[in-house]
Amino acid sequence: MKVDCNINIHHLARVEGHGNIRIKIHDGKLQEAKWEVVETPRFFEAILVGKKWDNAPWICGRICGICSIGHTLASIRAVENAFGIIPAAQTQKLRLLLKHMETLQSHILHLYFLSAPDFLNAGSVFPLIKSHPDIVIKAAGIKKLANDMCDCIGGRRMHPTRPVVGGFTMLPDKKELIKFRERLQDVVNGLLFTAELFRTFNIPDFVRETEFVSLKGDGNYPFIGGGLISTDGVTKKEQEYKQMTNEYIVGQSTSKWSRLSRRSFAVGALARINNNFEFLHPAAREVSLSFGLKPLTHNPYMNNIAQMVECVHVVNESLGLIEELLDSEWTGPRQEVVFQKGTGVGAVEVPRGILYHCYEFDEAGHIVKCDCVIPTSQNHANIQHDLEELAGKYASEGMKDRDIELLAEMLVRSYDPCISCSVH
Amino acid sequence: MDAGLVRTYLGVPLYRPKVAFFEFSSCEGCQLQLLNNESSLLDFLALVDVVNFREAMKEKADDYEIAFVEGSITRSDEAERLKDIRSKAKVLVALGSCACFGGVNQLKNRFSLDWVKKEVYGNSPVETEPVRPLGDVVRVDLKIFGCPVKKEEVEKIVTNIAVGKAVAHPKYPVCTECKANENICLFDLGEPCLGPITRGGCDSWCPNSRFGCWGCRGPAEDANVEQLKKIMKEYGFSEDTILDRLECFGGFSAFADTLRKSGEKNKGTSA
Ligand code: SF4
Ligand code: SF4
Ligand code: SF4
Ligand SMILES: [Fe+2]
Repeated sequence: MKVDCNINIHHLARVEGHGNIRIKIHDGKLQEAKWEVVETPRFFEAILVGKKWDNAPWICGRICGICSIGHTLASIRAVENAFGIIPAAQTQKLRLLLKHMETLQSHILHLYFLSAPDFLNAGSVFPLIKSHPDIVIKAAGIKKLANDMCDCIGGRRMHPTRPVVGGFTMLPDKKELIKFRERLQDVVNGLLFTAELFRTFNIPDFVRETEFVSLKGDGNYPFIGGGLISTDGVTKKEQEYKQMTNEYIVGQSTSKWSRLSRRSFAVGALARINNNFEFLHPAAREVSLSFGLKPLTHNPYMNNIAQMVECVHVVNESLGLIEELLDSEWTGPRQEVVFQKGTGVGAVEVPRGILYHCYEFDEAGHIVKCDCVIPTSQNHANIQHDLEELAGKYASEGMKDRDIELLAEMLVRSYDPCISCSVH
Repeated sequence: MDAGLVRTYLGVPLYRPKVAFFEFSSCEGCQLQLLNNESSLLDFLALVDVVNFREAMKEKADDYEIAFVEGSITRSDEAERLKDIRSKAKVLVALGSCACFGGVNQLKNRFSLDWVKKEVYGNSPVETEPVRPLGDVVRVDLKIFGCPVKKEEVEKIVTNIAVGKAVAHPKYPVCTECKANENICLFDLGEPCLGPITRGGCDSWCPNSRFGCWGCRGPAEDANVEQLKKIMKEYGFSEDTILDRLECFGGFSAFADTLRKSGEKNKGTSA
C-alpha cells in the first residue's frame, strides 16, 4: 500500500518548550520531514553583558527550569576558570553529588512522566496513576529523594541558592547525609524495578549512524569539566569547545544548530555511554549490557535506556561520595574570590548532554562577552536527520500515518529535548 | 484528565475547577515546580481538573476556567495567543516573576533590540520585542510571585480559588520571615540583601541558605527603597551591587530605572 499522509504536530507535548513536527508523504515517498523550533529567544548572552561576575550563575541558572543546577555549575566553573580558582576537593565532591541528584531527578522525570506514557499507550502520566499506581509511586519516590537531596545540598531543587563561585554559602548537615545514604540504598532496588519495567517496553528498532560528542572520562565517568571527545575520533580541550560545537543559524529554528565531522552529531546519555562505557559503575555496566547497550549504539530510542543506566550509575557513585564525605574532616564552605580580567569556559554534562558556558571579563570583573552552547541545540540537527530517515523508511514500508506520527513523536522525546533552554 | 480522586468537604464532593497551564518566554520552571512536588502532587490533582498541561500531557482542551500562565511576552504571536487565552479563561493567573514583572528576561530591555539581536544572532536576526509582563497585554486577575514560585504557596492559592476563598499576599517583607526563622543577618556576614524591601511569602527562602535576597517577589507594601540604599552604602556596597539586585527580576523596575539614570548622570559628569 502506498502511503499518503500529512503530519502536522504543533507544539509537541511532553517535551520542555515549543517545537513542531511536520511530515509530508505522497504516494509512499517522503516529500518533507521537518523538526521546527519556534521558541522565543530570551537573549541571555546579551542580558549578561555588563553584569558583575556574581550575577552569572544566578541569572544563567534561569536558562532552564529542569537543569538549573547544571547551568549554575557550568556557569560557576566558567567564572572560576576565568579567575584561576581551583575548587577544594570537598567542594568538588559536594558539587558532583548535587549534580548526580539533578541527573537522577531529571532522568526519572523524563523516563516515567514524559517517555513511559508512549510505551503504555497513555497520553500522560495522569491516567497511569489509576492504571499503574505501583509505577507512579515508585517513580515519585525516587524523584522525591533526588529533589530532597538537591534541597539539602543546593539550598533548593530549582534555581539553587547555595552553590556560588568559590564553593557553597552553607554546607549540609552530616546527619542529613547519613539519612540520605539509607534512602539511596532503597533507590538501588527501585531502579531494578525500573529496569524490569523498561524491559517490557518495545523499543523501536531504528538505526542511523551518527557522531557522538561528550566529555572524555579520565578514570571516572565524566560530569564536571575535562577534555572533549567524539566517536569519530576528535578530541579537544575544554577551552577549545567552539571547535567542537561550530554553531550556525538555520531558518527552521530559533535555536542554533551544531556540526562536527558529519552533517550532525548527538549529545546526551547515549553519547556519554558510547564514549565512556568503561568508566560506568559495574552495576550500571551490567544493566547496560543486559539491554544490549554498549558502544557504539546508534539507535536514538536507546537514549531512554542510556538514561536508565545512568540512574544506576549516579546512585551507586553517590553512595561512594557520601561515604568519602562522611569520612573526612570538613573545612569551610567557600574560598575567597579574587577576580581578574580574562576568559573562562565551563563544560558540564547535564542530563541532556554537554553544556558549555563561556564568559569574558574586564578588569572590573564585569562580563563583556557571554556564550552558552546548550545540549539540545547540539542535538537539533541530529533530530532533523533522524526524522527524515525515519519518515522515509517507514513510508516506503507502507506504515500507517498514525504509527509514523507516534514514532516521530517518540523519536523527538527520546532526545529529551529542552527546547526553551536550547533557544535561551 | 481524571486521576480518579475527588476531594470532599464535610462529605460533599468539592467542585473541581478545570484548569489549564500555558507558558510564554520562560524557563518553564514555575510549572515544573508543581510536578516537582512529589508528596502533594496527588492531593493537588484531586483538587483541580487539569485539561491542558503541554509539558506533562498530550490531550488538550479549550474548555477551562482557570488559566495559569507562565512567562513574559516577547513576540507578537505570544501577545495574540495570550489574548486568546484571556478570552477563554474566567480567571487568569500570572504564575511566577516572568509573568508578573518580566523576570530576568526583562534585563534585555536595558539594551536596544538591534544590539541584542546582533549580539546573539549576528547578521541573521530573529524577531523579538521589548519584554512585557502579562499585565501589559491583558487583564490579570491574580499574581503568584517568585522565581521560582513556591509550590506550597501555589497549592494554597489554588485551594483558596477552588473553595472560593479570597487570596491575600503578605504585606510584610522577607525580613520579617527571616527574623522569625532566626537566621544570622547577611549584612552582619558582609553580604547584601534585599530582604528589608521585598514582599514576603517565600519564608525567606534565600537567606535561610545564607544567600542574600535578590527581590524576586517584588516590593513589599511601604518598601523603603531609599532607606535600604542608605544601609547598603553604609555597609560599603557599590551602587552597581544595589542596581544588579533591584533590576534582576523586574519587580522594582521603577526604582531601578531611576538608579540607572542617576548612575549614568554621575558617570557623565565625572567623565
Ligand atoms: S519566574 Fe523564574 S522560575 Fe518561573 S518561569 Fe520565570 S525564570 Fe523560570
Ligand atoms: S538576612 Fe536579609 S532578610 Fe534576613 S534579616 Fe538580614 S536583611 Fe533581612
Ligand atoms: S529570599 Fe528574595 S530572592 Fe529569595 S525567594 Fe524570597 S524574595 Fe525571592
Ligand atoms: Fe547560545
